[in-house]
Amino acid sequence: MAAVTEAPPLAPAPETKPPRRPRRRGRWTPYLLLLPGLLWLLVFFALPVIYQASTSVQTGSLEEGYRVTWHFATYWDALSEYWPQFVRSVLYAASATVLCLLLGYPLAYLIAFRAGRWRNLIMILVIAPFFTSFLIRTLAWKTILADGGPVVGVLDALHVLDVTSWLGWTAGDRVLATPLAVVCGLTYNFLPFMILPLYTSLERIDPRLHEAANDLYARPSTTFRKVTLPLSMPGVVSGTLLTFIPATGDYVNADLLGSTDTRMVGNVIQSQFLRILDYPTAAALSFILMAAILFMVTFYIRKSGTEDLV
Amino acid sequence: MKTTKDTTTAGNGGGDVRLTGISKTYGSFTAVHPLDLTVPQGSFFALLGASGCGKTTTLRMIAGLEEPTSGTVHLGDQDVTALPPYKRPVNTVFQSYALFPHLDIFENVAFGLRRRGIKSVKKQVEEMLELVQLGEQARKKPHQLSGGQQQRVAVARALINHPRVLLLDEPLGALDLKLRRQMQLELKRIQTEVGITFVHVTHDQEEAMTMADTVAVMNAGRVEQLGSPADLYENPRTTFVANFLGTSNFIEAEVDSASGDEIVLKAGGGKLVLPRARTSAPTATGGKVLVGVRPEKISLTHADDAGGIPEGRNRITGRIADSSFIGVSTQFVVDSPVCSDFEVYVQNIDRDARLVPGAEVVLHWNPAHTFGLDAAQDIDAGVETVEEEVA
Repeated sequence: MAAVTEAPPLAPAPETKPPRRPRRRGRWTPYLLLLPGLLWLLVFFALPVIYQASTSVQTGSLEEGYRVTWHFATYWDALSEYWPQFVRSVLYAASATVLCLLLGYPLAYLIAFRAGRWRNLIMILVIAPFFTSFLIRTLAWKTILADGGPVVGVLDALHVLDVTSWLGWTAGDRVLATPLAVVCGLTYNFLPFMILPLYTSLERIDPRLHEAANDLYARPSTTFRKVTLPLSMPGVVSGTLLTFIPATGDYVNADLLGSTDTRMVGNVIQSQFLRILDYPTAAALSFILMAAILFMVTFYIRKSGTEDLV
Repeated sequence: MKTTKDTTTAGNGGGDVRLTGISKTYGSFTAVHPLDLTVPQGSFFALLGASGCGKTTTLRMIAGLEEPTSGTVHLGDQDVTALPPYKRPVNTVFQSYALFPHLDIFENVAFGLRRRGIKSVKKQVEEMLELVQLGEQARKKPHQLSGGQQQRVAVARALINHPRVLLLDEPLGALDLKLRRQMQLELKRIQTEVGITFVHVTHDQEEAMTMADTVAVMNAGRVEQLGSPADLYENPRTTFVANFLGTSNFIEAEVDSASGDEIVLKAGGGKLVLPRARTSAPTATGGKVLVGVRPEKISLTHADDAGGIPEGRNRITGRIADSSFIGVSTQFVVDSPVCSDFEVYVQNIDRDARLVPGAEVVLHWNPAHTFGLDAAQDIDAGVETVEEEVA
């Protein structure tokens, strides 16, 4: 909020001799260019946030209307009732992020260094899923993981399901409506958000650096560890953020591929807003989620020491 | 302890680089034709040629970064053809330096030592940074250094490993002229100091001649001629070498008679004498020979004073077409019946005021400074064009 209102008036302290300076024509241009974006943020981000913040400390009912009573207890109540969903959201999102990284890194590496003339084709394949709706793609996974379907059949035959059931990821011979299904859905849906920043940062690495490392007695695996990986860290960090943040708040995957036991915090917020119509609790949950993500992300960026992100 | 011993033995293990029948083809394009080359240990060897002549490919095959299509690479007695680059006792200074941007200068220089498992690198790295005069910059990142400093880091990073051979791929290409001169001397100093074999790839003939003990002039994937800079300059065996290294004047002449050590040729109306020892062309009577002479060997006398020219010198008449004064010397272009633009460089000792464009002159030189080449080749081969200079 503060940042939004402060930005436009420029008023930098004028330098020692202000009057003599010939007026530069483009002086206001940067601010004019910023204006549409700032207005957009103000109307569609800042104002809703303020509105939600006030909602979260209101009390009342649908019939009598809500009034701001600074009732912070809503936060505590929401957290103590729905903490399992919070924990689950973080766990699912973290698992999906790790899976995305494990699947995405080799692919991004391949596109950046080995694909040659196939590079553009593979890039299109990575982006292609965006041409269909998120919802349709997730529904497709419902079919893929359907009970008695080929995927489940193969996993069952290989006794993979025995292991995953024992771990609590699946239930019996079902994959659908289990944590595994939700994590798979999340992984699938957010994979491109991992691959694209990884590819961008890998592609920027000068191949001569690989040769130089090779020339300096680093075998290929060492070259990867000491040169490629550190240089691709900006991509790893932005990729994991772009995956983890939206995955934590996601509710579509848990809704379509999960069950009541796999509800994530997004599902809770959605039902509080749209079904139970308990707006203060929904708003409070949203803020807790926002704060939690902000906290984790700050910690993560500090830890990974990457200030020059993206 | 063991590793230290390894590095010292590596230094004594013979640093001769022997390339035997080595070649490289990419599809239908031959970058390097089968090539035999021996670089003696401890020498400063330059591979000189225009861009695309195969010199960098040759260097990369020595480094192991390029796999030869045929032939072998030996370092001393060891056949390293099949070894990957990280197992070869050879280090490279890359054209764009290829310093690791995420590591500071110290760690860049220590990279090779650490990869070989050497724990206490501090002293060695500091000494090496001292050698290249970068002791102060140890904790800076590469992008904080100037081009010349980065170049020295690249040299230090390679040299610290005591390679048997140091390969330099156009290491001075990105520097401006003044810095390049300075670094040429610097590299020469370092090479003398450490005594490691240097193989230096460059397209700059002056750089090759200033720095190297031995120069191999490459053209279209082949070595045209190999020798000391002075030898290449004085006794070029092809027009390519004659034109690529400095400037040469050529006269098409016909063999008149050959006797003893001298060959007498007819060119235009006059006669020219050529020492047999400096002729790489067949010299049957009536055969064609390209007679070459360097511009600075020629004296220029005004036609009115022609009588004062001593006997026994080769002489040609002509008219000055152009002259440019460049301080130390004056460069004349002379239009002569046997060669349309003969270049002559005259030292500015006693300037003859009559030598202006349009003046009739006699060019004369000691026959010993004449060289003869096979007339069957392109007279303009190796003449640097503006395009090549840009590339």
